[in-house]
Amino acid sequence: MGSRASTLLREEEIEEIKKETGFSHSQITRLYSRFTSLDKGENGALSREDFQRIPELAINPLGDRIINAFFPEGEDQVNFRGFMRTLAHFRPIDDNEKKSAASSEPPLNSRANKLQFAFRMYDLDRDDKISRDELLQVLRMMVGVNISDDQLGSIADRTIQEADTSGDGCISFNEFMKVLENVDVEHKMSIRFLH
Amino acid sequence: MVWFTWPTDNLLCRCPGLSITVWLTLLFVLIIAPAVLGGFFNIHTLYVRTLLKIFEWTSLLMDKRAKNTNQHIHKPCLRGIIAKDPPLSLQQAIQGFGGSVSCQHSKPKFEMSDVFYFNQRGVESIVDDEFTKCFSAQELESWNLLTRSKYNFPPISLRLVVLWSLGLLIRYGLLLPLRVMLAVTGIGLFLILSTLVGFLPKIQLRSYLSERVHLMGYHFCIRSLTAIITYHDRENKPKNDGICVANHTTPIDVIILANDHGYSMVHGGLLGMIQRAMIKSSPHIWFERAEVKDRHLVAQRLSDHVADKTKQPILVFPEGTCVNNSSVMMFRKGSFEIGCTVYPVAIKYDPRFGDAFWNSSKFGLVRHLLRMMSSWAIVCSVWYLPPMNREEGEDAIQFANRVKAAIAARAGLVDLTWDGGLKRAKVKDALKAEQQKLYSKVLLGEHKEQSDKLGEGGNPG
Repeated sequence: MGSRASTLLREEEIEEIKKETGFSHSQITRLYSRFTSLDKGENGALSREDFQRIPELAINPLGDRIINAFFPEGEDQVNFRGFMRTLAHFRPIDDNEKKSAASSEPPLNSRANKLQFAFRMYDLDRDDKISRDELLQVLRMMVGVNISDDQLGSIADRTIQEADTSGDGCISFNEFMKVLENVDVEHKMSIRFLH
Repeated sequence: MVWFTWPTDNLLCRCPGLSITVWLTLLFVLIIAPAVLGGFFNIHTLYVRTLLKIFEWTSLLMDKRAKNTNQHIHKPCLRGIIAKDPPLSLQQAIQGFGGSVSCQHSKPKFEMSDVFYFNQRGVESIVDDEFTKCFSAQELESWNLLTRSKYNFPPISLRLVVLWSLGLLIRYGLLLPLRVMLAVTGIGLFLILSTLVGFLPKIQLRSYLSERVHLMGYHFCIRSLTAIITYHDRENKPKNDGICVANHTTPIDVIILANDHGYSMVHGGLLGMIQRAMIKSSPHIWFERAEVKDRHLVAQRLSDHVADKTKQPILVFPEGTCVNNSSVMMFRKGSFEIGCTVYPVAIKYDPRFGDAFWNSSKFGLVRHLLRMMSSWAIVCSVWYLPPMNREEGEDAIQFANRVKAAIAARAGLVDLTWDGGLKRAKVKDALKAEQQKLYSKVLLGEHKEQSDKLGEGGNPG
């Protein structure tokens, strides 16, 4: 029973997470239930194994990259705040309240932040550039063994050619945003959380 | 020192006599009297109705209190955390993202936005997936005054606390000791009688008596759990020429089913002592641990048993693991390959009176039994479905899925294709490879597959 008490969520924490992420009170408590049910070790933090135990995620070709997005650089555990901060990227933009304009930083689920999440899928070494190698690796993850190296290489080359306006052979975040400027990011990178 | 020793001496002499008297009285009150009076009024329905009224009152109290103090109550959203759109095929989903796409293109079409689809599905599954939900206790709509289902309903008024502690007292002070005593008596009697019957020379008398002894044993166990069972469609009860399959929630399933009809069971080396007593007096199938791995041997022994019309039907739980009674997981095809008649049985527990699910990763069998014995009651419904046979052109896996769908439909459970064994084992790489293959097809511009969906659990080998 003792460990249960330490994992209960306090009201102040809920308020802080509300301000930071924009989730409602009931959404936060429900996501906390989910967090604790995934946390098999009951130590208040999730490890990579906890995520990999979800079969639907394990069969997702980009499963490992998505799991990685939850963990800050060099860390093996993610606590509830970090978990919520990453999930906040997937809140629908229309859900934002008007008073978020008061804060200086754009909300976590702004279009730019959503695109940054997608950018990080490709940017394996987190150097803010997508190199040809990184693009090839991610493509290989998505297609498995079904496409030859040559074909994959030509796909990667063409993609970089179309996107790279600065000519340095890599795709920067701005170039990435430009390529996707016509894509409906708001809907394709959003999950409808129920109230 | 004389005055000190005299009262204790007296007490020591009186204790055994006293305890036996108490014990016999309670036994009479709990078993014989209800059996006799059962014809006059049904204690169980009265008990259940009273409990339900109390739970209703509890939730009204909590609602009123929450309105007054403006607190947030966590109402478990039984619809789920997120609203999922009906799953599109991989092709539709990805090509829909890219914007305008022509159906005919010779070159592979890759967009950087293709990752969005996998991202969204991945994060959706992190927030709410259909598999891990099935291995934790079901959430209740309103609190049933048990601490173990209290995680989302903080007690927020004095009256509730009083009610809860009263309930605690009744459950642990009165119900639990009585139930444990009943169980011990029952199992003891069963073991003794069963061994005695095993010594009888005449086979007919022996099998008849052993059946009666078994039934008595199960009746004792049912009483000790306060299990209130409703059997439906008894005309479909399994006959001696087939196997009986059921969904699995707890080891108590066996007792609940055996209470109504005799079954032979397949043992893999666990729960040794009780089953060894059973073997002497009636036919069961017993495997050594090593033999369990040999699928052909298992199939052979099962079909031999089924072919013998005098032996009782075999009881099998094809899921292979305990699931929390909100859904039915993939049925292992082994028992469906034999080719005999299958008698499906659906079991549904009412979670308001006590959670029957055995979460084997959280607590062991003894603790599970104690939890069950300290709940209000175990209320469940058992449906006997009409027998099913394998049809022409149907293989074992399809047959298993058909039976599973019938059971799920009858009991109102969700029909899932995930393998319950995944809660311990890793997902097979083949399933991931399937997703990659689908995506490659989309990339290369092939339009043949129209009905593949991401997230549908594949059929394992």
